[in-house]
Amino acid sequence: MKIDLKVNGRSESWDVRVNETLLDAIRRHGLTGTKRVCESGECGACAVILDGLAVDSCILLAPQADESELVTVEGLEHEGELHPVQAAFAENGAIQCGFCIPGMVVTAANYLEENPQPTEEEIRHVFVGNLCRCTGYKKPVEAVLNAARSIGPSV
Amino acid sequence: MKTELSLVGHRAPRVDAVKLVTGRGAYTDDIALPGLLHAKLVKSPHPHARILRIDTRQAERLPGVHAVITHENVPRIPYTSAGQSWPEPSPYDMYILDRKVRFVGDPVAAVAAETAEIAQDAVDLVQVDYELLPAVLEMHDSMKPHAPVIHDEEESYGIYDPSRNIAAHIDTEIGDVERGYERADLVVENEFFVQYQQHTCLEPHISICFFDEDQRLVVRTSTQIPYHCRRMLAFALDIPVRNVHVIKPRVGGGFGNKQEMVTEPIAAVLAMKTRRPVKLEYTRTEEFTIARMRHPQHIRMKTGLQRDGTITANSIHVLTNTGPYGTHALTVTGNTGTKPLPLYRAPNMKFYADIVYTNLPIAAAFRGYGCPQGFFAMEVHMDEVAEAVGMDPLEFRKLNHIRKGDTDLMSAAAGEGSGKKPRVIHSSGLPQCIELGAQSIGWKEKRGNPGTGVVTRGVGMAILMQGSGVAGDELAAAALKMNEDASFNLMVGSADIGTGSDTTLCQIAAEVLGVPLENIIIRSGDTDDISFDYGAYASSTAYITGTCVLKAAEDARQQIVALAARMMEEDPEGLLVHDCRVSSLNGRSVTLQEVAMESLYGAEKQLISGRGSHATKESPPPFCAMFAEVEVDTETGQVRPVHIAAAVDVGKAINPDVCEGQIEGAVAQGLGYALTEEIQVGPDGRVLNPTFMDYKIFCADDMPKLTTILVEAEEPTGPFGAKSVAEIAINGPAPCISNAIYDAIGVRLHSLPMTPEKVLAALDARQNGASRS
Repeated sequence: MKIDLKVNGRSESWDVRVNETLLDAIRRHGLTGTKRVCESGECGACAVILDGLAVDSCILLAPQADESELVTVEGLEHEGELHPVQAAFAENGAIQCGFCIPGMVVTAANYLEENPQPTEEEIRHVFVGNLCRCTGYKKPVEAVLNAARSIGPSV
Repeated sequence: MKTELSLVGHRAPRVDAVKLVTGRGAYTDDIALPGLLHAKLVKSPHPHARILRIDTRQAERLPGVHAVITHENVPRIPYTSAGQSWPEPSPYDMYILDRKVRFVGDPVAAVAAETAEIAQDAVDLVQVDYELLPAVLEMHDSMKPHAPVIHDEEESYGIYDPSRNIAAHIDTEIGDVERGYERADLVVENEFFVQYQQHTCLEPHISICFFDEDQRLVVRTSTQIPYHCRRMLAFALDIPVRNVHVIKPRVGGGFGNKQEMVTEPIAAVLAMKTRRPVKLEYTRTEEFTIARMRHPQHIRMKTGLQRDGTITANSIHVLTNTGPYGTHALTVTGNTGTKPLPLYRAPNMKFYADIVYTNLPIAAAFRGYGCPQGFFAMEVHMDEVAEAVGMDPLEFRKLNHIRKGDTDLMSAAAGEGSGKKPRVIHSSGLPQCIELGAQSIGWKEKRGNPGTGVVTRGVGMAILMQGSGVAGDELAAAALKMNEDASFNLMVGSADIGTGSDTTLCQIAAEVLGVPLENIIIRSGDTDDISFDYGAYASSTAYITGTCVLKAAEDARQQIVALAARMMEEDPEGLLVHDCRVSSLNGRSVTLQEVAMESLYGAEKQLISGRGSHATKESPPPFCAMFAEVEVDTETGQVRPVHIAAAVDVGKAINPDVCEGQIEGAVAQGLGYALTEEIQVGPDGRVLNPTFMDYKIFCADDMPKLTTILVEAEEPTGPFGAKSVAEIAINGPAPCISNAIYDAIGVRLHSLPMTPEKVLAALDARQNGASRS
């Protein structure tokens, strides 16, 4: 079937199978930044922003994204500039193998829209849905705090 | 060498950071190949059985299926999946597909089809008749008389005693422990049990195999060991090494699970049969069941000591479950004894181990490589030994730990590698680690003050050592060349699996060549390059590959200086390479770009290129003192880690962010090992918890406060003084927390993971008069 959606700001029309996950459809359309890890909504590596909500694309069907606005990790940059969360992850040594990172930066970027000045505890709570096996979460959490500082309270 | 460093020692952002935060980091599965086929496995439902008949006809007839392979149509050459140097010290007891299955999930057949769904449908159509065999589902049963023999086939070799299911065996002694126990005022004995732990790399095992335009087999694979993989795969397929090209793309975590050849052989055979690109990717369930695990062990400790706290004899006795195959069997358990024992000075030491086969999941390499098991036992035991002579555990450790200048005799007696030269400790920051860690946790104030009430608090500690590569069994080679714009292509054979080694190596090269980090273009882990490397294991890359990159960069720098001297008509002596220039003491200078252009297009025309190759018999240990503070709920048995302070002597932190990241991640994995992680196997040999929902790794809000302290006791044999950092900290959380629990509630936990049930059982046992958990 055909679905119409906005992908990272561009209107697109995707041919998808009715039983295909949104994750598979995203990757099939060349957006390979979104990662396949658990396929059961446990780890957050496939997180994308769908109509303003961070969701696990591995447990949604592609047809559910019809008439929606989808933002993947590839869509976070703005006019060639990294999103403050992306920049903070890069500068803060918050990346190791990198496989969970797209899901983490997507989740954090979306969360800062809702809560631009979070506490460390709030960030840790939001990241409960993003498993990372490399970093021990310390530097990623610090990166989000740094990103919030760089955005400033006015946003 | 300059004394002031402009890149080494600095928190340089990772060279791969931007591509990873933008989702452009290309992992194995992130490329599109025309005609790609998807592979799926037919797996055994039984823990031990002989295959009587396989009928693949229905599966082959399914539209979209291109090939079905079984033991009847693949090469049957015994090999080991352990990615180690040749000849591998692991038994050759595996086959691409075999006539027999030895654990639940053992691959029986494989299908390649147009889509993953068709491949899965075809898997369900393969019919297999099995003759069920009695299984060994408890490691203590493996060596019993009349136990089922798991490797009864004639072709396998390198097994210590197949008739008794013993994959490997260790028996080594320094001095005479029995005399040491006789001379002791008291002898303390304890036993410990440790479980299966799974790596849970977020990227699963995945390989894509295809034939290139020259009919060479290209293996794009998520691996820690590109070069070992090339050699081992050629061997298992009986094809020349020259026909195999291994490419390690970006890797999404390894932790030892990918120091193995796992998905490569089946993907390669299916590519050979179909002449199409074939992808074999493990599902998460397969990662939790048929990939690799940390070895379960039963460890017995025995220490003799005098009233003043001097150790007269120390021994470790280990029974290890390697599962159905002996990959890394000898060497992992080797570390269980040879790393913890020499940490304490003792004139007599003994290390005895049997590593046995079972019909349970496959155990193999996992970060720490036998040390998390050994240090859990040693460091809890040493707390009890200290208590037995009435000493503070910190003071006891200070009295007895190995010192700079000491010789580690155990490393030569039973250590891995062909070095067989006793390891001399050239550098040690352990005393400083103990002091700084104790301050950070508040040892003096908090120890022995559990408080009253339902929730009590305690602090505990452990000291640790590891290695930097395998002594005498490492080789790394690198090459770099200079381009017109004073950039350099750097080719290394090592594998950055997320550790940050690409960044570390670029920092070393850029430092020597006097250029910014962005002038180094690194490619790692492509076996068609001028490079070689044993791979990313044994905490070797910064120390071994780092030295080899240092040599390659020095080689190129000398050529740059020689050419610049001719260009400036100066004596090469005294010329400095810095800030993209070569300058003389007379104030003259040329830019590196001018040197590069001259080398390529000037009068003499010679490419500036550096080569480095490094092997060593040294493996200097990094040291660590780790401290934990915990809260224990005496009603629920819940243990909550509050604070972990890890002070690690890394020699020199080439990139402090990278070093801290390694320590923090290792602590998180160690916390899971200590408290929550265990692969559970049912009475039928099936894994009961193959999901992240049922296998609990630490998440962001489970983590305690982490204090990471880098101590730099310069190692004279390391690049810029560096030793290793990747593994050591994973050994610490389990013993620290067990010791902290004792401080909080007065009971000892000797079995991992330390679940609420075990804590309550230990409390109950104490109440009922028994003294041990």
